Amino acid sequence: MSAPDTREVILEARELTREFDGVKALDRFSFKLHRGEVLGLLGANGAGKTTAMNCLLGLTLPTSGELTAFGLPLQANRIKILQRSNFSSAYTALPGNLLVWQNLLVFARIYGVPNPKKKIAELLELLEIPHLQKRVTGQLSAGESTRVNLCKAFLNDPELLMLDEPTASLDPDIADKVRKVVRKVQRERSIAILYTSHNMRDIEEVCDRVIFLHKGKIVREGTPSDIVAQSSSDNLEDVFIKIARDGEILDEPKKDSAV
Amino acid sequence: MNFRIISALVMRHLFLYSRTPMRMVELVFWPLVDLVVWGNVTVFIQKNSDAKFGGFILFFLGAMILWDILFRAQQGVAISFLEDVWTRNLLNIFVAPVRTAEYLSSTFVVGFLRILITCVVMSLVSWIGYSFNIFQLQWWLVPFFLNLMVFGWALGMISTALILRWGQAAESLAWAVPFFIQPVVCVFYRVEDMPAWSQPIAWLFPATPIFEGMREVMKTGSMSWNHLWLAAGLNVIYLSLAGWLFVWVLNLTRKRGLLTKFATQ
Ligand SMILES: Nc1ncnc2c1ncn2[C@@H]1O[C@H](COP(=O)(O)OP(=O)(O)OP(=O)(O)O)[C@@H](O)[C@H]1O
Ligand SMILES: [Mg+2]
Repeated sequence: MSAPDTREVILEARELTREFDGVKALDRFSFKLHRGEVLGLLGANGAGKTTAMNCLLGLTLPTSGELTAFGLPLQANRIKILQRSNFSSAYTALPGNLLVWQNLLVFARIYGVPNPKKKIAELLELLEIPHLQKRVTGQLSAGESTRVNLCKAFLNDPELLMLDEPTASLDPDIADKVRKVVRKVQRERSIAILYTSHNMRDIEEVCDRVIFLHKGKIVREGTPSDIVAQSSSDNLEDVFIKIARDGEILDEPKKDSAV
Repeated sequence: MNFRIISALVMRHLFLYSRTPMRMVELVFWPLVDLVVWGNVTVFIQKNSDAKFGGFILFFLGAMILWDILFRAQQGVAISFLEDVWTRNLLNIFVAPVRTAEYLSSTFVVGFLRILITCVVMSLVSWIGYSFNIFQLQWWLVPFFLNLMVFGWALGMISTALILRWGQAAESLAWAVPFFIQPVVCVFYRVEDMPAWSQPIAWLFPATPIFEGMREVMKTGSMSWNHLWLAAGLNVIYLSLAGWLFVWVLNLTRKRGLLTKFATQ
């Protein structure tokens, strides 16, 4: 298949396992993310995508396994690593009672962005939302606040970016714009991105490589087109549905056949 | 510890207070109500009793103001944390390069600023309304003020740890925790006025020597060093234990994978 990636490894998980009450949300999950690469995490609801991201952000401690970022063990170097990373997701928000520029300024200061006002103006421009600057953050629509969140995520020029369903709740037009911006910034700055989404269009457009998770285990890995080519389906969405359903059939004992 | 990060976190709260004046009202309103109600009660008692009660008003209003300092400091820490919970901002902070010590320090600063505002308002009103000049309380009281604030920070961290441990159901602890200890720390009476069996309990809290010391300073006009050292010593212990408790609970929450649930619910 494809030649081994020789770019610097930005993020690596080795045998990452996370149990919740005896159930494995992640089961010996291993992967490498290289500089300038966008890696998509796919899988049904509950497959373990968010859990993986939370472990990689140090928000949740793994039950076992090793995590490194920029070649450093994660837990011992959390602050150093977080300074070079960022995160955005549809389910977090910036404080709703502040104005957009106030929130961005606070985070710019936290990350130590030189010349924060200029940086904020640039990013607002990039995401086509300069008009939101003076708005109350809590009054923004879902799509508007997603883009403001993305501004926050780009503030520190991260080398590693984790995006958990960044396009959830966006209309197709805005989703398309967001994808293009992410891709543009990512290419310009060679950012390594870990990306989850339930939107296959997203994945095909944004991701260089994808990992399919099913019940915490990797069941497929490769470029979106490779994965489609290797399957009997003709698009990623069908592959997704197949994996989600077949996996289910294989794993569940057929106990309800008598009903 | 990075001063830039602490000031950024404090800036967030300054924006918040400047944008929502209602929060200022809360800072000023309750202390005022307390002050007026108890000020009037004290005047009433004074008028209807003999001269022995002469200094009573001084003790009482002094105690009121000092209790409020403790309460505001504790609130500064607990409410700052809750603001991040309410606005679902906690996750943004936890994925930013913010050390726990920096986060906590920012809440200490917010506590200090809250005290400053409350103090100014209360001393003005007690001066205008009851001719009680807070500065007649002597400069010797300043170290007691500071110790009280530090104890408030410790209580704030304990409240916050409890909320982190038991989730938002425990939010009311942010307001309740100081009142759990109010009966035993001798805010309005002396240790010797307490039932004998409960007196040793009183001395377990730094607030007790602070209030005892305050009364002594006001009575004698000279510094009560023993009380001050005892308060400071206990404070070091409390601050360390409370900080340790917070970090311990935070790690426990990480281990259980509940931090993100807590931060996004
Ligand atoms: N704190 C927790 N306590 C108990 N179980 C948890 C916890 N967090 C996650 N889980 C479980 O772990 C599994 C993986 O959840 P996760 O959130 O990682 O899924 P996901 O792939 O992100 O799903 P979705 O597409 O719905 O966002 C689920 O079965 C979930 O119920
Ligand atoms: Mg998820």
